[in-house]
Amino acid sequence: MGDPLDLFAATAPEGAYTVLQVSRRARQLVETGFTGALWVRGEVTGFKRYQSGHWYFTLRDRFAQLRCIMWAKENRRLPAEPTEGLEVFVLARPTVWEERGEFRLTVVELLTTAAGGLWQLKLEKAKAALAKDGLLDPGRKRRLPAYPERVGVVTSADGAAWRDVVALAARRWPLAELCLVATRVQGEGAEDDVCRALGVLARLHGVRRLDVAIVGRGGGSKEDLWTFNSERVARAVAAVPVPVVSAVGHETDVTLCDLVADVRAPTPSAAVESATPDRAEVQAHLAHLSQRLARDLRARAERAVERLERTADGLAVVMLRRLERGGSRLAAHGARLDALSPLRVLARGYAVARDSDGRVLRRVAQLAPGLPFNLRVTDGEVPARVMEP
Amino acid sequence: MNAERPSFAGELARLEEILRRLEAEDLDLDEALRLFEEGVERLRSARERLTTAEAKVKRVLQDHAGKIKLEDGD
Repeated sequence: MGDPLDLFAATAPEGAYTVLQVSRRARQLVETGFTGALWVRGEVTGFKRYQSGHWYFTLRDRFAQLRCIMWAKENRRLPAEPTEGLEVFVLARPTVWEERGEFRLTVVELLTTAAGGLWQLKLEKAKAALAKDGLLDPGRKRRLPAYPERVGVVTSADGAAWRDVVALAARRWPLAELCLVATRVQGEGAEDDVCRALGVLARLHGVRRLDVAIVGRGGGSKEDLWTFNSERVARAVAAVPVPVVSAVGHETDVTLCDLVADVRAPTPSAAVESATPDRAEVQAHLAHLSQRLARDLRARAERAVERLERTADGLAVVMLRRLERGGSRLAAHGARLDALSPLRVLARGYAVARDSDGRVLRRVAQLAPGLPFNLRVTDGEVPARVMEP
Repeated sequence: MNAERPSFAGELARLEEILRRLEAEDLDLDEALRLFEEGVERLRSARERLTTAEAKVKRVLQDHAGKIKLEDGD
């Protein structure tokens, strides 16, 4: 029915157009008249989501309103339903709904005019819900173990994140065993899968004790990272029985997972750095401990030697005193001995006469005339003889 | 992992405790020597772990019955 309507044809009862013909013609005119999609700004009102998942609402401003439909396949990408009165931009194709003869917009994209839009809206709602349950309390944050031996990792098995984690952990802290619980991290069903993987992580901890967990993915677009802004995923992260480092590869945007995790790292590599010590540093620490141990032993040995020396010193002092005391007594004795010495007497000018046998000749009777004898004077002996009368 | 072996963290904590005791307490020489020997042994063991450790990677799987399985390799 590409031809222009023939108004006269319509006057003949048998030539009248059907309702559908007119409605379809109107749709064609509208669709060709608007040449494709256009951005429309307005306020959402009368929002209704049908069982089918399609959204119906009216876009209005102060002067007019337009009926809108957003099919389920389009609105599925959006994080939240628009609230009553929300001001939005829609990218839409004007059309006529033939069955109702109703002019309307088929919306393919919907953004709020506020910064961050619907994503922000949903995030704020989820954040409030998490805060209400105390999941964002700073006091909930657990400390990461210093020397983990088993690290659970929830990420995509074929993403760069996992490769980075494996490579860095092997270099930094090969003492830890890495346990990957693979999951989809973006796209349809990713939320469910991440929640499932976090559950597996908890059960793994029951079988093999985990020290710490890393949950995340490499960088991506805002939409790609959205899985980690899901309230369900955030709650699953909060429920992990060991400390969690979140690593949703984005430097600037903080996700809900980051908020509930015990430590937030900007990238998976940074998560490994938070969760593990550096082997070289630990080796240096051990060297330091070793020095302290050696120093202690040396100090102990020195103290023992010192004590021994002190003891020996004490002994020596005692001995010396003894000796000194002994010495002075000896000197005193010596003096007395000296005084008594016959040599002293001789020195005073006396002499001792002795016979050849050494007997001291004390009396005249012992000194017969002509008898030879020795005379001991102070500096020696001289031979002598008793004179004949 | 062998269960009887203390964790690295446990070993290091014990080593630090030994040092604290050696440095702070008035121990008799026998006790000090015993602690010293233990300290040296733990140091040796910790160092060995650091130098011989090789990265291990497992994949965690869950079978239909919900049982957790670990497979080697990345």
